[in-house]
Amino acid sequence: MTTVTADDLRERVRALLAEHDPGSTDRDDFLRARFDAGLAWVHFPVGLGGLGAPRGLQAVVNAELADAEAPDNNPPRIGIGLGMAAPTILKFGTDEQKHRFLRPLWTGEEVWCQLFSEPGAGSDLAALGTRAVRDGDDWVVTGQKVWTSGAHSARWAILIARTDPDLPKHRGITYFVCDMSAPGVEVRPLRQITGEAEFNEVFLTEVRIPDAHRLGEVGDGWRVAQTTLMNERVAIGGGAMPREGGLIGIVADTWRKRPELRTPDLHDRLLRLWVDAEVSRLAGERLRQQLAAGAPGPEGSAMKLAFARLNQAISGLEVELLGEEGLRYEEWTMHRPDIVDFGGRDAGYRYLRAKGNSIEGGTSEILRNIISERVLGLPSEPRNDKDIAWKDLPR
Amino acid sequence: MTSPDLLYSDVEDDLRSSVRSLLADRCPPTAVLARCEGDRPHDLPLWSTLARELGLAGLLVPEALGGHGASAREAAVVLEELGAAITPVPFLSSAVLATSALLACRGAEPELTSLASGGLTAALAVPLSAAADGAFPGGVRADEDGVLTGRVGSVPDGAVADLLVVPAVGPDGPGLYTVRTDAGGVDRSAPVPLDLTRPIADISFEQAPGRLLAGPGQAEPALERALLTGAGLLASEQLGIAQWCLETTVAYLKERTQFARPVGSFQSLKHRLADLWLELVSARAAARNAADALAAGSPDAPVAVALAQAYCAPAAVRAAEECVQLHGGIGMTWEHPAHLFLKRAKADEIALGTPGRHRARLGHLVGLPG
Ligand SMILES: Cc1cc2nc3c(=O)[nH]c(=O)nc-3n(C[C@H](O)[C@H](O)[C@H](O)COP(=O)(O)OP(=O)(O)OC[C@H]3O[C@@H](n4cnc5c(N)ncnc54)[C@H](O)[C@@H]3O)c2cc1C
Repeated sequence: MTTVTADDLRERVRALLAEHDPGSTDRDDFLRARFDAGLAWVHFPVGLGGLGAPRGLQAVVNAELADAEAPDNNPPRIGIGLGMAAPTILKFGTDEQKHRFLRPLWTGEEVWCQLFSEPGAGSDLAALGTRAVRDGDDWVVTGQKVWTSGAHSARWAILIARTDPDLPKHRGITYFVCDMSAPGVEVRPLRQITGEAEFNEVFLTEVRIPDAHRLGEVGDGWRVAQTTLMNERVAIGGGAMPREGGLIGIVADTWRKRPELRTPDLHDRLLRLWVDAEVSRLAGERLRQQLAAGAPGPEGSAMKLAFARLNQAISGLEVELLGEEGLRYEEWTMHRPDIVDFGGRDAGYRYLRAKGNSIEGGTSEILRNIISERVLGLPSEPRNDKDIAWKDLPR
Repeated sequence: MTSPDLLYSDVEDDLRSSVRSLLADRCPPTAVLARCEGDRPHDLPLWSTLARELGLAGLLVPEALGGHGASAREAAVVLEELGAAITPVPFLSSAVLATSALLACRGAEPELTSLASGGLTAALAVPLSAAADGAFPGGVRADEDGVLTGRVGSVPDGAVADLLVVPAVGPDGPGLYTVRTDAGGVDRSAPVPLDLTRPIADISFEQAPGRLLAGPGQAEPALERALLTGAGLLASEQLGIAQWCLETTVAYLKERTQFARPVGSFQSLKHRLADLWLELVSARAAARNAADALAAGSPDAPVAVALAQAYCAPAAVRAAEECVQLHGGIGMTWEHPAHLFLKRAKADEIALGTPGRHRARLGHLVGLPG
């Protein structure tokens, strides 16, 4: 097998653009053609939007297409699909599932959400109680999920449910793809501290899921979910970006444009955060270089931890820097946005939304547990929940 | 700007393992501790092996002059290992600081050749605390014949240098001179250092004969280049220190039992170590970035160096402080080597510009003025 080079990719981009002029082609048509040309995610296999090329070469494709002003798939709108569902489907899905789901997922024609957390199972996700019971070729699913981001815009969900309550909690779980338009799925908004409702609670009442929509083996859902969670942390920890590409860039801009806001104390704190942000960016870059060929390991969790702390510190500094303006907020009206956009909003929103960064995708406390146990090999706290049947756990 | 290569190459990994195995054999912390109280705190036999057999003395010297023609990336890897073993050898002072200054001067080939062979050890005659953005030092004066008079304090490894590279103000302005320490007129004394593993010397020149290497217009950038290179590579030494401190602490907490369980199973400690590990991972990226920028002669090197110092210096200090604290009573003893790392880390924080100074420098470089 010959390896794909940057020049091959440029050639393929040229061919794509020649056949589908982005100026005159419908956006979805263009994105489908890009997927079929293997230029969606070049590290994916041929036939599934990729070319089996090194992951690092994606940047070449993106740059060429951006130069040609071609439409992109608006990644922030479909982050859960791209960052979590897709790698899990790729690793555990059947051929049929891969071909059914990946293309519209990538083009954004079908948005995905994540039905993992429950009122009684957050950090202790493996304690989840939503039940899936086999009935012929279907599973019948009943339970309640919560904090489901974007459930109101989603066509599909990745879902974990309990298929065997008699086994210890990690073992009786199975992973499914759930149709959000199926009868019995009810989505209700949950308003957040920002005023809007990005997340929801989702009630599942005897929802029928065909067995063909199971990902991985029955009872193997916890292992499948690990792939999702590792990828989620990497996705939240951020992709490649230029210097000052994150929230620090917004504060730095304000600092440069508005000398009247400057004080020595703020200056010192700004520079400290600039250093931390730039070093974290480089650490992320180093991690990407390490991962160029492999899969995300627990180090990805470390980046998510750093990202949460930084975002919170920087957005906090920004509100303070703005002084009197920091007393105002854009608006508290209840919305149901389908995108999280840190950059396009005001400082108060950034400050409040960043609070979720250390909760979503595994809290910072849980991430520290993971690092200390899986990376440093420190012993776990004494536990009393590992070897007893889920149904007998104290609640 | 192309993205920096932040990984280690195979050649760098090989270099690391040969340095590491030599140090494991010849320089365990117990030996460093025993030596640093004696009247010969430097391990010159070890330095001779490192310098000649592994060729570290001439690592940065071009092959044509008998060196290895390696880059800052390789020197950085060596410093990680030397830091992780707090090795009392004059690598940073001779093979990095003095060598970089000489490399930036024209006509220093004879000195560089002697350094590369390991026959001569040099020191840059500036205080360890000197920073690349500082004013040109004015403590030593030179006359028109290159005869030096004056004083410079806290010169790292100054006591074991055969050759000093001295910034001095001559009749026409700033100059860089070389002075043999065995020539008359050079007097060296050794103050009691905070960091026992990198001794410092106070040096006075009384009509000491020097050789002019670079005059006004060349001496300043040569000195700046040396101090910038030194600061950038010091970050890798700091990384090595932090790495030792974290590894040693983790190993101890797995083993030490209190309340009928390993203390390393207590979450408050686990979380502290997780944070420390995150800092270590970050420090590695910052140090590699600086080494890569220096190696590539990147225009971004001043930013990369200031960034690495602003981050790695406090990271090493924190790792060493946590190492002492989490060892409990034993961490407070003279017998346990933790204090050697603490002292090195703290001295390194002042070395070649404090973190605050590097932050201020960054403010200028990236357009965030106060
Ligand atoms: C903005 C946002 C979006 C989200 N989107 C989604 C989504 O789309 N899909 C989805 O499934 N979930 C989503 N979540 C849910 C998120 O994954 C959970 O909130 C998170 O895992 C924490 O669970 P919990 O809320 O039940 O808190 P709990 O687990 O009850 O935690 C409460 C506190 O205890 C701490 N804690 C718990 N266990 C330990 C321990 N062992 N050691 C130390 N401290 C501990 C936690 O860190 C936390 O501070 C979202 C959350 C937020 C904030």
